[in-house]
Order: sequence, then structure tokens, then C-alpha cells
Amino acid sequence: MKKLLLVLMILIVSACSQKSDTVIIQNKGSDTLVNLAQAWAEEYKNINTKVALAVSGGGSGTGIAALINGTVDIANSSRAIKPEERDEAKKNTGNDVKEFIVGMDALAVFIHPSNPITGLSLEEVACIYGEGGKCTHWSDIRGTVVPGCKDNKIIRVSRQSNSGTYQYFREAILGKKKDLKLGSMDLNGSRESIDLVEKTPCAIGYSGMGYLNPRVRAVCIQKTSNSDCIEPTVKTAMDKSYPISRELYMYTSGNPSEMVQAYLDWTQSDRAHEITVKAGYVPAPKR
Amino acid sequence: MEIKVTEPAPLAMEWRQKKKEKPIAEKIVEGIIKTGGVSCIVLIAAILFFILKESYPFLVGAFNFKEFFFSEEWYPASVVKIRYGILALLAGTVLVTIISMLIAVPLGLACAFYISEFCSPKVREIYKILIEFLAAIPSVVWGFIAIMMINPTIINLFDVPIGLNILNASIILALMSLPLIISVGEDALRAVPETYREAAEAMGATKWEVATRVLLPAAKNGLMAAALLGVGRVLGETMAVLMATGHSIQIPNSIFEPGRTLTATIAAELGESPKGGEHYQALFAIGLVLFCLSFIVNLTADFLIRGRRQ
Amino acid sequence: MFRPSNHLLNKEIKEKKFKNLLSTITFFLFLPALIIIFWLFVKGYSALSWDFLLMDPIQGMTAGGIFPTIVGTFWLVIISVLVACPMGVIAAIYLSEYAKDNKLTRVIRLAILNLAGVPSIVHALFGLGAFVLFMKMGTSILAASLTLAVMNLPVIITSTLESLKAVPHSYREASWNVGASKLQTIRYIVLPNSLPGILTGVVFSVGRSAGETAAILFTGVAFYLPFLPKSVFDQCMALSMHLFTISTQVVGVPDAYPFATALVLILLILSVNSIAVGLRSYFRMKRKW
Repeated sequence: MKKLLLVLMILIVSACSQKSDTVIIQNKGSDTLVNLAQAWAEEYKNINTKVALAVSGGGSGTGIAALINGTVDIANSSRAIKPEERDEAKKNTGNDVKEFIVGMDALAVFIHPSNPITGLSLEEVACIYGEGGKCTHWSDIRGTVVPGCKDNKIIRVSRQSNSGTYQYFREAILGKKKDLKLGSMDLNGSRESIDLVEKTPCAIGYSGMGYLNPRVRAVCIQKTSNSDCIEPTVKTAMDKSYPISRELYMYTSGNPSEMVQAYLDWTQSDRAHEITVKAGYVPAPKR
Repeated sequence: MEIKVTEPAPLAMEWRQKKKEKPIAEKIVEGIIKTGGVSCIVLIAAILFFILKESYPFLVGAFNFKEFFFSEEWYPASVVKIRYGILALLAGTVLVTIISMLIAVPLGLACAFYISEFCSPKVREIYKILIEFLAAIPSVVWGFIAIMMINPTIINLFDVPIGLNILNASIILALMSLPLIISVGEDALRAVPETYREAAEAMGATKWEVATRVLLPAAKNGLMAAALLGVGRVLGETMAVLMATGHSIQIPNSIFEPGRTLTATIAAELGESPKGGEHYQALFAIGLVLFCLSFIVNLTADFLIRGRRQ
Repeated sequence: MFRPSNHLLNKEIKEKKFKNLLSTITFFLFLPALIIIFWLFVKGYSALSWDFLLMDPIQGMTAGGIFPTIVGTFWLVIISVLVACPMGVIAAIYLSEYAKDNKLTRVIRLAILNLAGVPSIVHALFGLGAFVLFMKMGTSILAASLTLAVMNLPVIITSTLESLKAVPHSYREASWNVGASKLQTIRYIVLPNSLPGILTGVVFSVGRSAGETAAILFTGVAFYLPFLPKSVFDQCMALSMHLFTISTQVVGVPDAYPFATALVLILLILSVNSIAVGLRSYFRMKRKW
């Protein structure tokens, strides 16, 4: 039987082996960036056939951790690298971390379409999500009554607490001095968040703008209670008028190799920007 | 003529030596087999060792017994004060375990009774294959079913806002642990000697009476072990509860509220915590708790089964 | 005339009710499994095609197929079986043929039992600590397969042990009496006679590893890879993990895709298990004792 298995394995190996002269660029990190990075990787395969990009997600922390451990070529991150991470990477690999801004992302706050609310101020979002915030029912937000939501209780949909999206959301609505309330549903990914809000009239959630679908409704965000309510769009994110938008980064350990540099340059080409917009993100402002 | 035998015939001697001294190759192979025999002990020790090794810095550092076990504040990435309290996670694990067992144990044992006492061999064979099929559905598919099928069903049936909750996870876990409970339970029932049944039936007992008054006491330990092994299975289940519980850090007030389990916390957070960091070590500490829990449950189950055999 | 007394009739009715109750419960317990498979089929059928099976996922995994995930699952399963099978069989041979009834044997049995009961996520932690970090394999097919192998070891040992024990003791005695050594007896008498049972156990464990997700999550499986793995030191995609990611993380996947993926996974496992069931009944018919 072992022989049989061996034969099977050889068959699979031989069936799957491709030309072996391709260089593999390991690209890992942020789940926010993973879709975009993957779309780029797919297109780049046609442009430079000698290079293959291995894209994997897992979160910004994973990517940066891998960069620190020296196991990736490019780390994707939806948050800026922390100084202590920089130091650790320097200690481990002996190289300085190089930062590239490859695009922008706006976090949209979204609700069920039957929810009558159209806009929220940052303060209200903080009241819903922040520790100590008193908004537990929709009626606490300007007396809203949500049809289909029986006890009018707000169901907070969030992400696991060490994801880049969570940390950025926390920072954007609460600053650096407060935590989000416990008891939210900390889901594993944007799809799950959107699916849940889509089916739950009581729910509110947040995710990268690129992930929205027509079955949930993004609300416009007011920076303060008397400023304009800004919709999350490519334009408002790019000119930074939308208050919850952020840069997306790629990090390399030391100066990137020629292959990696060529790829990073390509991500800022017109063709790559087209892909960026199509994937629902915002191209990086020109350097 | 007198022959004095002073030594065995050369041939016999050769034979004897052969008997005594095995060929080298045989010795080596037997050596490998004997080493292989203890591989499981080595592995279980290695698991304990590596989990301890990775969580050690946390256990001697930030670990605070009272906070860890009695605080429900799991704030591994807090900007204010990092807190590692697993009470809410522990509560989630215990709750889904209890509720799923409340569903699965009576049903599973009823099923085991039916299959072992009432079925014809042919029907039993069919059910056994069905049990194997049920057991073969992987945990991630169960999680998917929890999201796509049970979630809307619970919302519609009970008119609650959210279907990803303790009940959902319990139903899924009950279905997942049933095959184990049924097959171990059935083994326990069939281990009761046939003479017991015959004796009872000869005295005019009905099957119901045989089941409750003869089989149940006789197979008590085995049936309890079946339930306990089910508990062990449910405790350690990861992907399905990750997807079904709603993954919310709170001690649920009702079965319709979302919760979170120990296993799901590790699965959700380990990927994003840098290796060697405190949070990473704390997750290994949770792994240690899980390891100990499953160890206790399995040892008890084994003790019960062994008690039955003696 | 002789007629059963009312008391006895009542008893009979009671008994019938009891039996009906149990059979209904049993029937309804298995209903979900059938409903689930049927439902997955209905929902996922529209996406199922040769293209779906043989294409790479494209456009950020929102289109294309699942080919690399199937290949990845094959790699993981085959390597884990290649490792776990000899180890498991050897351990089982020791237990059934060599072990004396002493403390050591008792401890080995407890170790097997506990190894089987260790939660899969704890296996993942072990794999991460031991294989990925300590042995420096990195997140790779090898590390993930070894983790799976450790998980499957107790299953293989238990099933092998059962089939070794099923070989009648008289076979062994006969072999010893004609002068065969213990090892020769095992090699030429015990193993050939228990091979079918061993094989069945191994095939079942293949099905189990194909569906496992938690244990490979941190040890060797990538979210997306644009190429197929070339060696055991590469990462791979896996069917189970793919189902998890496209049903929770990737936005814009057509609704039928996760269903079709789940269906492929289940059908793969069920067909492997059917092989095991088939093997078992075939060999049972041919059994000599």
C-alpha cells in the first residue's frame, strides 16, 4: 500500500510541477489589503512571468511579525508599523524597515437597509462602540426606531481585537486612550460582518469601503456634530475629508531587491491604480 | 560400546544458538517496534512541553491567577490596560458544552439503545454506516451550516435578532458529538452479557423493563463514559464554534445571546499576534487550560470504562 | 381459553410505543446529515463544473475555481498518512504483540486516549511550537502534515490494534510451533491477516485529515497562492481552509461558491469513507475466521 501511495504522490508532484525558474516573492499580512494584493499579484503574473507573488492574509500583525522573523519579502499592513516593531525587526534581521504607501482605504460604518439612520457623528459611533459609551439601544441615537428590530437593542459587529481594521477603527473613533466595549460580535472577516448586518436589522458594523455591497447601507460620517456629513467614496477618502480613512502600507526589510522594487513601482502604475479602484480601494496620492 | 555425551551434537548446538541469538536485522526491527510503542507517550509529553515552553514567559510574567480565571475582561490589545481574563471564554465553553450535551446525550443514548437492542443486524449495519458519514462531516462544514442554515432558522423560529449564538453552537456541537456518543454507548450496551437479557426476559420483563432496569445499571459506567467522551469532543471543537457562537466576549444571559469559547479565541487571534509576544503566550496559556480540561475529561472517561471491564 | 391478561397486553403496547419512540428518534437524528448534503447540493450545484474543479481562483478569489486547494489538500493528507501510518502500525504491533500487562502498557494506553482527546487547536499550537518554530520548518506543508499526523496517530493505532487483535491467537501459536520467530510470525502471519482492517482504519483517517482546518491553520496553509506547491517546504492552500476564508473573509464571492466548495469537500471525504466501508465489507466476506 505504501507503494501505491508513493506512486500517487509522484503522480501528483509531477502533475503539479511547473517551470522552476520563477522567483517567488512572499507577500503576507493585512486582510484588508489581501484582496488588492492578490488582484495585483494576478495581473503582475502576466506582466512579469519570471516573478510569482505568494499572497497570504492573516492580518497586519501577522505580516509585520513575519517581517520581523524575516520570513516574508513584503509585509502588507493596514496600520503604520510601531516603533518597537521597527526596532525588533532591526535587531532580528539587521535591516531597517522600509515603508511604501500603496493605497488608501476608508472604513465605512454600515447598517441594515431598513435602519432609518443616514448619518452618524464620530461621537455617536464612539457612544455605540466605546468603553463606557451609553448607547445600547437605537433609541439612544436621536430616538431612532429600527423597523424589524424587536427590542431596538444595538448589536455591535466588530472584528477580533488584534486585527488591523479593529485597531484603526478604535483609533479613529476613540483616539489612542480608550478601548472598545466588550460584548460585540468579533467576527473573523469582512464578509462575515457584512453578511451578518445584511440579515440583522439591529446590527451595525464596519469594514473597508472596498467590501461593501448593496445589501447593507453605509452611513455618512460627521467629524463633529455640526460639520458636514461625508459619504465614504474614493474622492472623499483621497482628499482626506472622510474622517475614517487610512493609508495602506507595504513594508520590506532593508532596501527591496530589484524584483521586489520593480513590483512595488508597478503597483503605482496606471494599470495597477485601475485595479485598485475596481477592488474598491483608493489609489495612493502621488508621491 | 560406551558413548559418553559431553556436548550436544554440533547440529543441535547450532540450532540452539540460532534460537537464542536472533539475527541482527531482527533485533533492530524489534528495537524499532519497542521504541514505536512509546511514541504516544513521547508525543503527549512533547505537546505539554511545547505548550508550556511557549506560554512560560507569560505564566511567570503577566499571568495573574485571579485575573486570568475570574475576570471576564479579555483585552489583549487594549490601549489603556492590557487584561487577560478568560472567565467569559470559559463560561462560553462551559455553556455550549452543557447545552449541547443536554441535547446530545439523551438522544444519543436513545439511539444507542435502539441500534443495540432493537435493530436487525442489517438495519444496524446501515445505521453504522450513517454514523460514520455523520462523523465524517468536517468541522468547518458544520460551521458553514451554522452560518448559512441554522442562523436564519433560529431567527425565524424564535424571533430573536441574531441567530449566531449559544443555541446555534450547541445544536451544531450536539450533531457533531452524536456519532461518538452513539457508538461508544452502543459498545457499552453490547458489552452487557446476553445472559442478563435472557434472564430478565425469561422472567417476563418487557424490553422497556430490560432496558431501564437491567441494561442501564449494568452499562452505567460505559454510558457515562460515552457522555464524557462527547464532552471531550465538544470542549475541543474549534472551527464550528468559531463560526457559530457569534464570537462575542460576554457571559451570555440566555441561550440566544452570542458568546465565545476558549478554542475559538485561539483560532481567531493567534494568527495576528506576533510570535513571542505576551498575547501570543497568553493564547498558549489558554491552550494549556484546554489541554488540562481535556486530559481530566478523558482520564475520567477511561476510568469509567476500565471500571466496567473489571 | 388462554388469552393474555390485560396486564400483559398493556405491556406489549407499552413496549411497542417504546420501540417506536426510539426508532423515530434514531431516524430523526440521521435526517440532518441527509438534509445537509441535499441542501448543499441544491445550493452549490449551479457552481459545480469541471472548470470549478480545475481552475485557479481568480479576481481575488471571487471567480475561477478551487484547483490549488484540492491539490493542497492532497499533499497534506498524503504526507500525513505516510508519516502516521508506519508509526501507528508499529505502535499497534508493539501493543498487541510485545507489550506485557504492566504499568508501561497502561501509561501507553492512557497516552493514546489523551492524544485522541487533545483539541485540534491544541494540536495546532503544538505544531506551531514544535515543527514551525522549534524545528524551523516554517509554515510549510511538512509542518502542517506532521501536525495532522500527530492528530491521526491515535486513530490509526486504535483501528490497527483492533484488527491485529482480531487475528486468532491460534494462528500465532501454529507459526511459533513450526519454528518461526516472533518477528517472522508478525511479518508473515499477523500482518497479512490484519492488513484489510489496518487499511480501512488508514483510509478513514485520510477522510478525517482532509476535513481538518484548525490544526493546519497556523502551520502550513495560506490564504491564497498563485502557484502550486513544489516541495514539502512550500505552503499550500487547502479545501477546508478555503471554505472558511471564502465564507467569512472574502467579499464578493458568488453565493453558490462556498456551497460548491463545501460540497466538493464533503463528497471527497464521503467517497474516501465509502472506499473504507467497501473495503471493510469486502474483506469481512473473505475473512477466514
